[in-house]
Amino acid sequence: MDFTFTEDQLTFHDSVKSFLTNEVTPEKIRELWNSDSGRSSELWQQLAEMGLTAMTVPEEFGGLGMNELDFLLLAEECGYAALPEPLVENVLVAVPLLSSLGDQQKHLKEEWLSKVAVGSARLAVAHPSNPLVADAHIADLLLLANGDEVHAVKADQVELVANESVDPSRKLFSVSWTPSTETLVADAAEGKKLWADTLNRGALAVAAQQQGLARRIVDLSVDYTFERKQFGKPIGSFQAVKHHMSNVAVKIEFAKAPLYRAAYDIANNQPTAARSASHAKLATTEAALLGAKNGIQVHGAMGYTWEVDLHIFMKRAWALDASYGNRGFHKQRVKAAILADDALLGAGNTFAA
Amino acid sequence: MDLNYTDSQKAFRQEVREWLAANVPSEPLKSFDTEEGFHQHREWEAKLNDGRWGMVTWPEELGGRGCDLIEWLIFEEEYYRANAPLRVNQNGIFLLGPTLMEYGTEEQKARFLPMMATGEEVWAQGWSEPGAGSDMAAIRSKAELVGDHYVINGQKTWSTRAVWADWTFGIFRTDPESSRHKGLTFILVPLDSEGVTVRPIEQLDGLPGFAEIFFDNVKVPVENVLGGEGQGWKVAMSTAGFERGLMLRSPARFQETARRLVELYKANKETADVDPIIGDAVMQAYLDAEAYTLSTYMTASRLLKGGKIGPESSTNKIFWSELDQKMHETAMSILSARAELLPCAPNADDVGKWLDGFLFAQAGPIYAGTNEIQRNIIAERMLGMPRA
Repeated sequence: MDFTFTEDQLTFHDSVKSFLTNEVTPEKIRELWNSDSGRSSELWQQLAEMGLTAMTVPEEFGGLGMNELDFLLLAEECGYAALPEPLVENVLVAVPLLSSLGDQQKHLKEEWLSKVAVGSARLAVAHPSNPLVADAHIADLLLLANGDEVHAVKADQVELVANESVDPSRKLFSVSWTPSTETLVADAAEGKKLWADTLNRGALAVAAQQQGLARRIVDLSVDYTFERKQFGKPIGSFQAVKHHMSNVAVKIEFAKAPLYRAAYDIANNQPTAARSASHAKLATTEAALLGAKNGIQVHGAMGYTWEVDLHIFMKRAWALDASYGNRGFHKQRVKAAILADDALLGAGNTFAA
Repeated sequence: MDLNYTDSQKAFRQEVREWLAANVPSEPLKSFDTEEGFHQHREWEAKLNDGRWGMVTWPEELGGRGCDLIEWLIFEEEYYRANAPLRVNQNGIFLLGPTLMEYGTEEQKARFLPMMATGEEVWAQGWSEPGAGSDMAAIRSKAELVGDHYVINGQKTWSTRAVWADWTFGIFRTDPESSRHKGLTFILVPLDSEGVTVRPIEQLDGLPGFAEIFFDNVKVPVENVLGGEGQGWKVAMSTAGFERGLMLRSPARFQETARRLVELYKANKETADVDPIIGDAVMQAYLDAEAYTLSTYMTASRLLKGGKIGPESSTNKIFWSELDQKMHETAMSILSARAELLPCAPNADDVGKWLDGFLFAQAGPIYAGTNEIQRNIIAERMLGMPRA
């Protein structure tokens, strides 16, 4: 029993964290809001050079062959930075889905995964639980659902209509396309399991980002409570303001272990993966949403402006709330699991005996 | 990360389970806040100690098993799962014990730890005073050095278990010129000393679970100082750290309450679901108990690798105390009109124990440092917010 990350995982986390701190600043994010695609090919290349796009690509296709747990802390930092590029979605969701296709799709996997690994292609996933597809406009290959079937469709075979989000960084599209035998890569029987696994990975991807967002919102808000003075003191010295932040800190603290456990369960194909993923998504989302609510409150009227950076992170938290299953869905899934007749509950049943 | 138990951890769990199955009293003991129950619980402590299960993390020469924190968690899981008696000497074994190991002299450890382990000496804590609750540094009880003794005068209050306990530990002002955190000394005091008066306080359930302690020229030898004169605040903070941190409330207790809550809900689902938020509250209770467990395993793993408990431990106390309240509030809602029945009421069947738990849960956000104080600590020490 060892519930810690390895030295390698922590070291890589530190270097990615400092890269994101330096390169993905709020100024940079605002700059991208004014660009056509809202995305930066240059930044994507930098991420690829750090090996990030290759992390979950199997070694046989030129990747690093690492798993969801290896990438988890990095995904959290992508949330902390509010990285606009779809790195987390590619590494935690799209690449594992493509890699999970059967051997008859070896050529497809070889072609695309090797490109993703070096940063020369990006993927997008249309999970049936999400009404719109994120980052479809910059995807070279889209993994789309037709019922339970999985289809791999190239960028020139789809028509996109942009849908603006509350988060200016988020790029959502409705996708029109025509399923065919050429695009079919997994039939309904196989696809059902693939989409179910994808939902868990998507929930994990969102959860990791929400945890990072919650932390960032607290950090920004705490900074603001030093700057802003009223009654001759920094407002952060007032207990009512302190407690707003402490309440978020408690939520963040107790979302950590469920988040890491979910990554472990998914990386190791544990039977508890679905329940763990739902727990992680619920706990981190609640932390981020309470962060947004209390963060804007301690920022006062400044929090309601476009000028202050808070909204970059707050809006991402709102936008991701219902991605890969809303809270109601995940609560019902946990509830069904604990009310099941054969559920093993209580002390001593947290981990496999 | 490897979330599997090792073979030796599995074998340890099996050993604990078998011993408890053979030894846990089949009839529940009376409350340790009654005189009869107190003695029953003291006997249980002796039995636990005979089996070397009293304090598994203590070294073997002190009657323990030298267990690491993961094994301690396994022990606690089995203990609560077996519905074994609550620990009457928890203030001793969980709070003072670790502090003695850190600050005690070899003589003090040899003198106090074995008697604590057997339950022959049960400890009460003596922190609060009428004017020093959340503001613990406002302590006024004095200990004056006269020759080789301290002479103690003053009053402590809310001393849990003090009515039938043998000893108390607390901090006293040894430097009359000092104020706040300075000039305080951590002293161990026998409650049968001349000049000690213990006045029981009836708690919410009517039982004398805590007491006021009056000190009128009580003589205590200098050997009873823990950690040196004037070091009281530092020593006390280490005790408070253990309390908030890991030892006082292991997750197993809350997991078992959550499990019973799920059972209660399933057994009364039709009537409970008239209020649709109840099912959600049950689900949330289960998830939160699970989160507390996972978090504790994570902390234990980190400590095993040389990490330290920091100010984030203040989040624990808030989390478990509010979880305990929510679980019992939900149980009360499910029990509906039967919820108010005392365990002794003829129609209470077995629902009365939920009321006991509900009443006790009201104390959680208050004792061991109120949750408001914990929130201040989180804001100032964990988040670095400006002090008032």
